[in-house]
Amino acid sequence: MTFEAVPGVIETKEAHGETTLVVDPARLVEACTHLRDADGFNFLSDIAAADYLGWGSAGPSGYIGTAWGRDLNRPSTAGYQQVPAPKPKRFSMSYHLLALEQPPRRVRVQVWLDDGEPVPSVVSVWPTADWHEREAWDMMGIPVAGHPNLKRILMEDDWEGHPLRKDYPIGGEPVRFSEAE
Amino acid sequence: MAIAPDRPRAAIYDGSRIPQPVPTVLHVPEELRATGDVLQVNFGPNHPSTHGVLRLIVDLYGEEVVGLEAVVGYVHTGFEKNMEQKTWWKAITYPERIDYLAYQNNELVFVLAIEKLLGLEIPEKAKYMRMLLCELNRIHSHLIWLGTSALELGAISMFWYCFRERELVLDLTEMVAGTRMHTRYFQAGGLAEDIPPGFYAQCRTFCDWMPKAVDDYERMLSRNKIWLERTRGIGLLSREDAIALGQSGPVLRASGVDWDLRKVQPYLAYDRVDFEVPVYPDGDVYARYRVHIDELRESTRIVRQCNDVLEAMQGEPWIADDRKVVLPPRHELHTSMESLIHHFKIVTEGYRVPEGEVYVTIESPRGENGCYVVSDGGPKPWRVKFRAPSFVALEATATCMRNAYVADMIAIVGSLDTVMGEVDR
Repeated sequence: MTFEAVPGVIETKEAHGETTLVVDPARLVEACTHLRDADGFNFLSDIAAADYLGWGSAGPSGYIGTAWGRDLNRPSTAGYQQVPAPKPKRFSMSYHLLALEQPPRRVRVQVWLDDGEPVPSVVSVWPTADWHEREAWDMMGIPVAGHPNLKRILMEDDWEGHPLRKDYPIGGEPVRFSEAE
Repeated sequence: MAIAPDRPRAAIYDGSRIPQPVPTVLHVPEELRATGDVLQVNFGPNHPSTHGVLRLIVDLYGEEVVGLEAVVGYVHTGFEKNMEQKTWWKAITYPERIDYLAYQNNELVFVLAIEKLLGLEIPEKAKYMRMLLCELNRIHSHLIWLGTSALELGAISMFWYCFRERELVLDLTEMVAGTRMHTRYFQAGGLAEDIPPGFYAQCRTFCDWMPKAVDDYERMLSRNKIWLERTRGIGLLSREDAIALGQSGPVLRASGVDWDLRKVQPYLAYDRVDFEVPVYPDGDVYARYRVHIDELRESTRIVRQCNDVLEAMQGEPWIADDRKVVLPPRHELHTSMESLIHHFKIVTEGYRVPEGEVYVTIESPRGENGCYVVSDGGPKPWRVKFRAPSFVALEATATCMRNAYVADMIAIVGSLDTVMGEVDR
């Protein structure tokens, strides 16, 4: 099927048998409403946010002694055989839609965002987006504009930082209720 | 014996009653709040019937639930963050621990995502064995669900009966993988090892036993007056609301939606086995119980068919022959320099997965289990995100609890079949 009538589509990509519609964030709700009502995507399966900070910075790979060298400070990263294509902005939000019909159809709606740039909420389109959007805010720090109850969901309310961001360190968190505190 | 329930069963409603404006929070009506008789109770996170560490903030007016908010995150352990630090083949151990009851299915969805990115074809034998283990795992998960949910409603003996059969499943898993749970038996490319001798016979014994065991469960519950009173007409969720709230698996099928990814979007070899998808239109706790019971029978049927097919496949390869991804056979390490190099490279650096993003979904015991994976072409996943069916199921608590009594709450939360490890990841 074609997605030419969907409002706000910037780009349509096909890969691994999956269709990705890159949508202008300002027209996301419009696009989602169209997909639900006109194209039958009545089921929101998932919303997945991803952080692309440092994407492709490990450099191309090689063995020790070649011109490229190996990054010895980051064991087992060893760079890339091919540097990945650059991404338009730092964050992506992917909405995985499903049409509950025979045969089932799936499509991924994707928006790209800078740090701190809000994405409009789709809770009005699919109520199930509620917790998914809270998770995106909690884990990635993507502000969701118009969400009726935007607060942290997995981390505690006074947590600082957004753990799934690439610049959030792994390990080394202060131990709570220790003697030092 | 058969006793008809006295109370008329509340019928499923039409249309939508999802709370507004927040779909997952039931707010107390102002006029009720003004009476001053509303009591706020903190239910959990350490209550034995919350299936782990779920916290419900409940507003009670007498016995009636008038306000509700679910609070999750108490066992958030950062699986997704940790997986970004591991090579692809080491990360396979993590999904199993996310949903610790449906470990085999969770492992499968991640392995399928890797294989989709790699474009790797797996041997037929591996497909059938994966199916067999996933269905055994579904039986395992449903048995724990049935045992604990019935236990919470006072049917203590159910717990012992269900755990009796669960042991049989775990014995089979142990025979194949060496561990009872969290097997890491699925590799990108196929299986970790061949199927051990004696497995087929023991599996067939299990398949002969299991339908009788399900008959036992039904004799204890299906016409039990207390069970009927406590489950029929409770926790209603209409078809429309179930879809809007993204419900999947047994909850969706109990709301009258004929939807099973194994049928509509077959993966592995589910299009080549014969099974039925149970669908019940009533949308209550009893309907969810019926779906689980029927799925126990259907899964046993699939296990039996896979077992027969596998037995005829003895001697066939169980893993793809791609030395860049798959570990070479152990005996070759002593004789072949090339195999030793492949082994060393895969174990130390891991294999590289081509750049791309995929979203793979399977029907786990709890519903649509999705895995969104981004690869940058390196040896570690860039981003892994799981669509946890339990997480979504808990979004329905506020809708299901409309007009419920505090005692029904236990039955309703139980019927949504949540595993908190998966909710919080």
